[in-house]
Amino acid sequence: MSGDNKFLGLIYLSPYIIGLLVFTTLPFLASLYLSFTNYNLMNEPVFTGLANYIKLFTADRTFRKSLWVTLIYVFTTVPLKLAFALFMAVILNYKLKFINVFRTAYYVPSILGGSIAIAVLWRYIFADVGLVNMGLQLVGLEPVNWFGDPTNALFTITLLRLWQFGSAMVIFLAALQSIDRTLYEAASIDGAGKWTSFVYITLPLITPVIFFNLIMQMVQAFQEFNGPYIITQGGPLKSTYLLPIYIYDEAFKRFDMGYASAIAWVLFVIIMALTLIAFWSSRHWVYYAGDKRG
Amino acid sequence: MADHILTQNSATVRDVETIRASELRRHHINVVLRYALLGGVGLLMLYPLIWLIGASFKTNSEIFANPGFWPENPTLDGYIKGWKTSTPYSFGTFFLNTLWIVVPKVIGTAISCTAVAYGFARFEFPGKKILFASLIATLLLPNVVTRIPQYLIFRDLGWLDSYLPLWVPSALAGDAFFVFMLVQFLRAIPRDMEEAARVDGANTIQTLIFIVVPLIMPALISVCLFQFMWTMNDFLGPLIYISSVDKYPVSLALKLSIDTTEAFEWNRVLAMSVLTLAPALAVFFLAQKYFIDGISAGGIKG
Repeated sequence: MSGDNKFLGLIYLSPYIIGLLVFTTLPFLASLYLSFTNYNLMNEPVFTGLANYIKLFTADRTFRKSLWVTLIYVFTTVPLKLAFALFMAVILNYKLKFINVFRTAYYVPSILGGSIAIAVLWRYIFADVGLVNMGLQLVGLEPVNWFGDPTNALFTITLLRLWQFGSAMVIFLAALQSIDRTLYEAASIDGAGKWTSFVYITLPLITPVIFFNLIMQMVQAFQEFNGPYIITQGGPLKSTYLLPIYIYDEAFKRFDMGYASAIAWVLFVIIMALTLIAFWSSRHWVYYAGDKRG
Repeated sequence: MADHILTQNSATVRDVETIRASELRRHHINVVLRYALLGGVGLLMLYPLIWLIGASFKTNSEIFANPGFWPENPTLDGYIKGWKTSTPYSFGTFFLNTLWIVVPKVIGTAISCTAVAYGFARFEFPGKKILFASLIATLLLPNVVTRIPQYLIFRDLGWLDSYLPLWVPSALAGDAFFVFMLVQFLRAIPRDMEEAARVDGANTIQTLIFIVVPLIMPALISVCLFQFMWTMNDFLGPLIYISSVDKYPVSLALKLSIDTTEAFEWNRVLAMSVLTLAPALAVFFLAQKYFIDGISAGGIKG
């Protein structure tokens, strides 16, 4: 209130400010510094300039492979997941009984999916004689070598994250339900079909949540660790050796903190660049109600 | 003349009726198709979990031979032997450890995030804009870039192999998402009651505890539930910081069980997976409203 000391708010913020400085800002700057050093925990960090980055981009074949696999993973998983989540939200957005039962059923995997127990389950159901292959044989299809084949192995992790489409779907569904129904009636009087209405009314109105889901899912996908670490251990032939696992191995198995920080910074710059592109491009495709830019 | 009009009218009525009937039929087909698709996808989503529960009661030889749910020779072997583990500790120890990580972390999160959200939503102070921008930036900052120096800080503090690295950042409102969620919730609540309390002589802390906290309770419950789930599921945090087996939470214990000789005792691993998922599932079904509300609110307002 007006009579309050103008620093009172800062007192309530003090835990956040301490945390921000000690556990976010300081580590953020420190990791940038470390990325220019050679530091293996035994000695003091030795400044080596761009040596880590030069090694990464010219001599490190593991890094090249890992970066490539990470990009493939993100650019397949995120669009598939968003498209599937939106599709299911559209199907659910209809006057149906038991809509809440379905919504809950689809949301359960999102709640549990981060658990190690689910990654363990995935190892079992995609095994050579696991549930998935038993199911394929039951309907007369050939069993698939999921973990032996590089493309299939990465796809099992994509499938694990697709299985968790529920949280993105709930967000889409809430946005769909908030659309004014009279818009569709007006469009239908003007002779617009279902598909036309979807493309010209539904999609523009939910672009803000598409944008939100896109950013969140992308940042998450770039940091995928549990899936490949437990399910495939990065293999076969490093086909699921995503960058976060490479960083973990360099930092906490080989204790090469400087080199690991450099990889982390490359990953960070990629995520930031894509986020900025998304934000920058959003003015051309994200529509906010009441906003003239449209 | 009158006859003519009458026949014309009845023809129109018939037309309307056929159109109605065909529309109704289309609607029915539409509904049936939607239910079929929803049911099919739902089964596909939930069957792995259903199979997991059945498989945890199967014998090892049946797990990779029977795609059905019902065990042919139901056995509790997996649960009994899996609980004992190949370590000197039972899963009971690991569950207690998990609880000992989760409870202080959730309490610390609730208190610090409430205080910080209150500060952001109800006070004007120098640097507020920059601090709020930092909150959004933290929200988007990938943890991967701060993880290594954080480890070095905790090592220098002598906190490795303890739960402090897992507790302390959360107790300092480190989870920006929760602060943001509470700020948004608080901004939508009128200040009348708080101002009345202040006029009656309550200070800001009393107002926070007795007026604001009850008002934001639904959002605060969402925060606690999400933090509970995320901490239960957290694997990388304990993997980096906890090295003694006697301090392992269930997530690390489960990883250990697939690495050791138990790897071939499939029903033990599956049985312990079921137990690992059970608390999260139970909490979700008891409080699903808060999860769905929390995630929708976060999405719409984010």
